[in-house]
Amino acid sequence: MWWRSASFILDRQQNNEALRQETSSTITPPPPTESSTAMGFPTDHNPNISAYYQTRAAHHAVVTSDWLAQAQAATTPHDPPQSTSAADPDKPFSVIDEFNNWRRLPDLAEAVAAIRALAAVIRSSQASTMMQLEIELKKASDSLKAWDTTSISLTAGCDLFMRYVTRTSALEYEDFNSAKSRLIERAEKFGEISYKARKIIAMLSQEFIFDGCTILVHGFSRVVFEVLKLAAQNKRLFRVFCTEGRPDRTGLRLSNELAKLDVPVKIVIDSAVAYTMDEVDMVFVGADGVVESGGIINMMGTYQIALVANSMNKPVYVAAESYKFARLYPLDQKDLAPALRPIDFGVPIPSKVEVERSARDYTPPQYLTLLFTDLGVLTPSVVSDELIQLYL
Amino acid sequence: MDPSRRAPRSAIDPVPKFRQVGFFTPGAPPERSQSGPPDPTHSPPVSDVSPSANSLSPVMIPPPRHLSDNLAIHARPTLASPLRAESLAAGGGGSSFGDFFPAPMSPATQASSSYSSRMAAGEGSFFDRHGVRGDKGNNNGKVASSFPRGGFDLTAMKKVSGGGGGGGSGAGVPASELTTVSVVNDSLAIHEKEKANRGGGSAVEAKDQSTGSKQQKPKTTKAERRALQESQRAAKAAAKAEGNKASGTATSANAKPAKAVKPTPKVDNAAVAASEKKGGDCPPEKDRKKDVPQPRMQYDDKSRVEKAKRRAMVKQTEARNRVELFRHLPQYEHGSQLPDLESKFFHLDPVHPTVYKVGLQYLSGDICGANARCIAMLQAFQEAIKDYRVPPEKTLVRDLTAKIGSYVSFLNECRPISISMGNAIRFLKSRIAKLPLTVSESEAKVSLQSDIERFISEKIILANKVIVKHAVTKIRDGDVLLTYGSSSAVEMILLHAHELGKQFRVVVVDSRPKLRGQILLRRLLEKGLNCEYTHINAVSYIMHEVTRVFLGASSVLSNGTVYSRVGTACVAMVAHEFRVPVIVCCEAYKFHERVQLDSICSNELGDPDIISNVRGREGVNYLDGWANVENLQLLNLIYDATPSDYVSMIVTDYGMVPPTSVPVIVREYGREQVWI
Repeated sequence: MWWRSASFILDRQQNNEALRQETSSTITPPPPTESSTAMGFPTDHNPNISAYYQTRAAHHAVVTSDWLAQAQAATTPHDPPQSTSAADPDKPFSVIDEFNNWRRLPDLAEAVAAIRALAAVIRSSQASTMMQLEIELKKASDSLKAWDTTSISLTAGCDLFMRYVTRTSALEYEDFNSAKSRLIERAEKFGEISYKARKIIAMLSQEFIFDGCTILVHGFSRVVFEVLKLAAQNKRLFRVFCTEGRPDRTGLRLSNELAKLDVPVKIVIDSAVAYTMDEVDMVFVGADGVVESGGIINMMGTYQIALVANSMNKPVYVAAESYKFARLYPLDQKDLAPALRPIDFGVPIPSKVEVERSARDYTPPQYLTLLFTDLGVLTPSVVSDELIQLYL
Repeated sequence: MDPSRRAPRSAIDPVPKFRQVGFFTPGAPPERSQSGPPDPTHSPPVSDVSPSANSLSPVMIPPPRHLSDNLAIHARPTLASPLRAESLAAGGGGSSFGDFFPAPMSPATQASSSYSSRMAAGEGSFFDRHGVRGDKGNNNGKVASSFPRGGFDLTAMKKVSGGGGGGGSGAGVPASELTTVSVVNDSLAIHEKEKANRGGGSAVEAKDQSTGSKQQKPKTTKAERRALQESQRAAKAAAKAEGNKASGTATSANAKPAKAVKPTPKVDNAAVAASEKKGGDCPPEKDRKKDVPQPRMQYDDKSRVEKAKRRAMVKQTEARNRVELFRHLPQYEHGSQLPDLESKFFHLDPVHPTVYKVGLQYLSGDICGANARCIAMLQAFQEAIKDYRVPPEKTLVRDLTAKIGSYVSFLNECRPISISMGNAIRFLKSRIAKLPLTVSESEAKVSLQSDIERFISEKIILANKVIVKHAVTKIRDGDVLLTYGSSSAVEMILLHAHELGKQFRVVVVDSRPKLRGQILLRRLLEKGLNCEYTHINAVSYIMHEVTRVFLGASSVLSNGTVYSRVGTACVAMVAHEFRVPVIVCCEAYKFHERVQLDSICSNELGDPDIISNVRGREGVNYLDGWANVENLQLLNLIYDATPSDYVSMIVTDYGMVPPTSVPVIVREYGREQVWI
């Protein structure tokens, strides 16, 4: 599969630049990272830095050198999604461009952006048979997945889209156009569902937040924030402990946002989790991906928080949209494709010293209490149930 | 057990609604019952408190029977006449076989030399790939030597059986005009015949039959009295037949009970009526009865065992000193039946020669491993169906079901049916039952044969390939993989990973008495894998360097319990303690909706003598002749149950799933889909 290789993406990117000299600034590769550990690959696709975390950094307004570079790139004007897809008939439609355009919306999750990009693929497809369309869609989703193999939700979102959209009665329509419109309709519905997922989760989880409770939150998760925001709007009285969330300090951002809502917040450094756990009533985390065992893959540190919470018998709740359900089954921490990211220690690190740069860990299901998803409030073992029903 | 999968879920206090899947108890965290011996003071005779999930204990009143059952016997897969459980197999009760018997231990496909050479040609790729390698002088060498090696002249056997079977079933009946009555005749005839055929089923006893009629004495109707009389007569005749059998001629033994048992259908009816009265106002709900699992035969029930034995074709002598907790399981002295069965080889009427052969191979231990046994059985059935002729006056659907049932019960006598075999039998019977009436005999036979073929290739061979594909992704360079015993799936995984060029080391853990790990070890070494071999005693020593444990399974039950070769639970628990992921490889056709919490209520007992002897070391036979000592009880358990908490992942043909998802697969792909 040459689609999957990183070199293909590089080539394609260069081609695009050649085609569109005037707008080349949109795809400017960020400057090499200054981080002491980064190797300084000159492209957007630094294999040592997970693209997923670059996006996250951008969305979560975390100040890193990377982010600054990205922000600079993002400030330059870029075409709205429609014009790129429709305006240039000579240039083949590219999912990745479409995806990147959607991705720039700060509130849109990566998977939803992918879903919308795939929907656009169907719309702009010139295929004349169902099979062609399906192959085209498959190619698009493959290239999207290859674009960032470290993002679980992107992969899962693409897979789920393929599953949801192509597994319809559409194939029974005699007329290709009606079948296609049915597919588009379904794709849009799926996009809509995914988009609303966060709100549904926020509603479902309200019952779990009781007055006077203390919630420990790790990292910045848009879903968790949505949940807390809704609880605050519902005049619930609760207190939030935010972990600092080194190295990208996502906890600081969350505490900022919560303070704006007048929720009492306390920032806790990552190593003080066990120290504060006795005051905590429940732990709330988001997830990068929910795997088949019912465990989650999330920002580094979730596992140890879950372990501490479990040993102190505090419930651990996970808020995750169903498009993050992935057909993965890690057996242990190292059983994942690592998503690496630069870590800024503030002081230079000697070159002989190794740095663990993995950005996420795997929390096994036995340490989780419940998962709040748009499918409902689930126990971890239901995840596999849902996945089996979806994929088999 | 501590970080149980489910334990933390109970920690939620303000519990709003949330969904759970699989097995859970509302409220309290499900405390998993450990498979340890229950307190003897609480449960003096195990059978009485038998915790088995789906069997009624023998003291319970059996579900009410209905008169019409005898007529409906062949219409339904589950037979609800008072003849219960296994003995019913002949009447089409085989659907519940999986419930009754534990599965074989190591799902390795291994056929030993005496078998392989003959079967390999017809076996297809499965055996070719793993099974067939002569493992001479291994575990079964001793028994196999007494096996009639040259004696299988299939053509001759077919002639014998064809003549015998045809004659036995339909000869006496003149081509009749009484088509209206023929339905009733049919079922009765079949019923009688099957009894006759089997001269007595493996195991079961119409205990309720006798007790029922006894209790009814005060107010018996005429019919009942007659029925009682007849049952007594039958019993006497059977006893006589038993005597005959002992005296030697197998033919007469088979012929006599045939006559003797003839009147029993009426007895059944009477007993049915009786028990129905006993049952009070229970309406004749056939549907409900179908749901009620048939009670398993409890072998500590003397009277039943007595009767079952009378019916049995394989003469089994019971071992004397049985361990208290396991008295409900059949335990026979091994070695005695084989010569006896061999001598009967050319006189058999009811059992097709290929089935007979497979049965003997089970008995001698030449075929073991769940997949191997299942494939051997299915292929024997295929052969039997090919040679099958519908007797005049009978319909294929009913007669064939009965035939298959009788084969099954024969195999069951040779060695208790495994869960995987039970599922395969269920599949076959449902296919037979679904045959449209309009199909001609030859078409039906062809379609059944192709169904069996499909089951073997899709559910076993293809499933194994898919499992290998999934499991290989979990092997990384530098891994140390531990496996226990010999599992065909695990072997394929290891070999495939090796072919892919992964660098890993294998630790083969083995245990007495079967030492099946040596077979695996040999095959792995032939392919040039890096291996280490140790016995289970050293598992805690070796575990610290292991990164993955791969285990095979005989069955996975729907609470995630893995039912496998004895010792598996031990390995899994040690691995869990060392935080080593335990991966169980099991094809979905071996899943079963039963729930089992311990390995006591359903298990298989092996030959106790094997564990008291040390093979190859004559000097250490300290226990020679001790089998008869009153104070000594030998326990050779074949299976054990591994609680799901010790299992990290189950690799099946539907992908990699957590053990909690087994019921989901059983539900979603239950029955029809799983069985194609």
